[in-house]
Amino acid sequence: MITLTDVHKAFGAKHVLQGVDLTIDKGTSMVIIGGSGTGKSVMLKSVLGLVTPDSGTITVDGNDVQRGDRDAFLARFGMLFQGGALFDSLPVWQNVSFRLLRGALKRPKEEAREIAIEKLRRVGLKPETADLFPSELSGGMQKRVGLARAIAAEPEIIFFDEPTTGLDPIMAGVINELIREIVTEMGATAMTITHDMSSVRAIADNIAMLHDGVIKWTGPVSKLDNSGDPYLDQFIHGRAEGPIEAVR
Amino acid sequence: MNALLTPIAALGATVLAMLAAVGRVALFAFETVTHLFRPPFYGREFATALVQIGWLSLPVVGLTALFTGGALALQIYSGGARFNAEEVVPSIVAIGMVRELGPVLGGLMVAARVTSSIAAEIGTMKVTEQIDALVTLSTNPMKYLTLPRVLAATLAVPVLVAVGDAIGIFGGYIIGVTRLGFNEAAYLKNTVDFLEMWDVTSGLLKGAAFGFIVATMGCYYGMNSGRGAQGVGRATKTAVVAASVMILAANYLLTELFFTS
Repeated sequence: MITLTDVHKAFGAKHVLQGVDLTIDKGTSMVIIGGSGTGKSVMLKSVLGLVTPDSGTITVDGNDVQRGDRDAFLARFGMLFQGGALFDSLPVWQNVSFRLLRGALKRPKEEAREIAIEKLRRVGLKPETADLFPSELSGGMQKRVGLARAIAAEPEIIFFDEPTTGLDPIMAGVINELIREIVTEMGATAMTITHDMSSVRAIADNIAMLHDGVIKWTGPVSKLDNSGDPYLDQFIHGRAEGPIEAVR
Repeated sequence: MNALLTPIAALGATVLAMLAAVGRVALFAFETVTHLFRPPFYGREFATALVQIGWLSLPVVGLTALFTGGALALQIYSGGARFNAEEVVPSIVAIGMVRELGPVLGGLMVAARVTSSIAAEIGTMKVTEQIDALVTLSTNPMKYLTLPRVLAATLAVPVLVAVGDAIGIFGGYIIGVTRLGFNEAAYLKNTVDFLEMWDVTSGLLKGAAFGFIVATMGCYYGMNSGRGAQGVGRATKTAVVAASVMILAANYLLTELFFTS
């Protein structure tokens, strides 16, 4: 279980998180929605320890994320970055099996390659893709490789940062389905950031809406369309009029 | 009163900002060195950096040394003619190359080629979240990106300086023999006779210091790059300028240390 309690974070005069409280139950898929620049990525990176909150606590299974063995902590996570964040200098299979080629989870090279090819197949990519470099792949293929890398070490918790941004609707649908299948199949806890409402409906068990640095609404996906929350209603219907200012 | 204090306050703020920047670079360099004694080590990244920084810099350092050695021979011959001291060309070319021009010009050429490349590569990795990805994959970027490059540059630049010294002296020899009428054997004898081991060693030590500066500045500015193409461009430019100035300042300090006591 991931718990954020009264988390604050400011960058200079800009107060991005102003007291975030959120709980993500084990084995569930939580999707965080909210306008651009509302701090969704900062919140996600705070859980991973990539950003240090100014105050508040973040725990994973009761353990403070800022304390303890970082390597052991991060070994439990997989993450799909918005732009893929693939390493340009490494071929695809070494990107996917990066964690399996070094550190505590190190495997023999042949075994790591086999696992990489199996994970590539899992995300719908052919084995021939393994020896290409990231620059030779399309945007959709890069996302899939990023997804394969995120699941390569069978993590307990997977984060997805804008998994469908920049993809055509068909490819976005494919990625959404893959994420849902993988999360269900692995029994992993998932946290996804997205603006894409089709992703929200495809991926989420629960939804939280971040606005003005706090969680404005949280609940199951079944209540998304009749929440009665004016912020959530404006966001999911994409209305310019409403409590959320269009010009921020 | 305010009109008087404002420029002083601005000057003070600039000095404080500069001192803070020096402190940050020093802490970054110190942290890099501490990783030398703490596993894990990434041998493959070190080998790749050694090839990129050392082997692939050989042509530019070699050509720089060749032309500098030749020009130095012409200058010393022309200047020495004013007081009938043309015969010092071989020894001055040798001493000038190994003590000063080899390490400094080699360091500056490597700064232009390597610092810019490291800062741009790491800066791009930062803005495309590859550095964050490394962290989430339980890999310390300082160990994986910085230490291999800094160690490779510290070891490779002295070798480049040694090769550059030899090529520079050869450049002087070619000009001395073909253009200035020196006897081949006499030129070589004068070069060897007047060159001391400390001349060569001091140049190589300078090379190691310059190599450390070159890679550290590239990594530091890359890791602290701003967002977007403009941020990476600014980081690259600042890294090359800072490395070049630091090489020249370090050269003066090391020369004081090596030759004035």
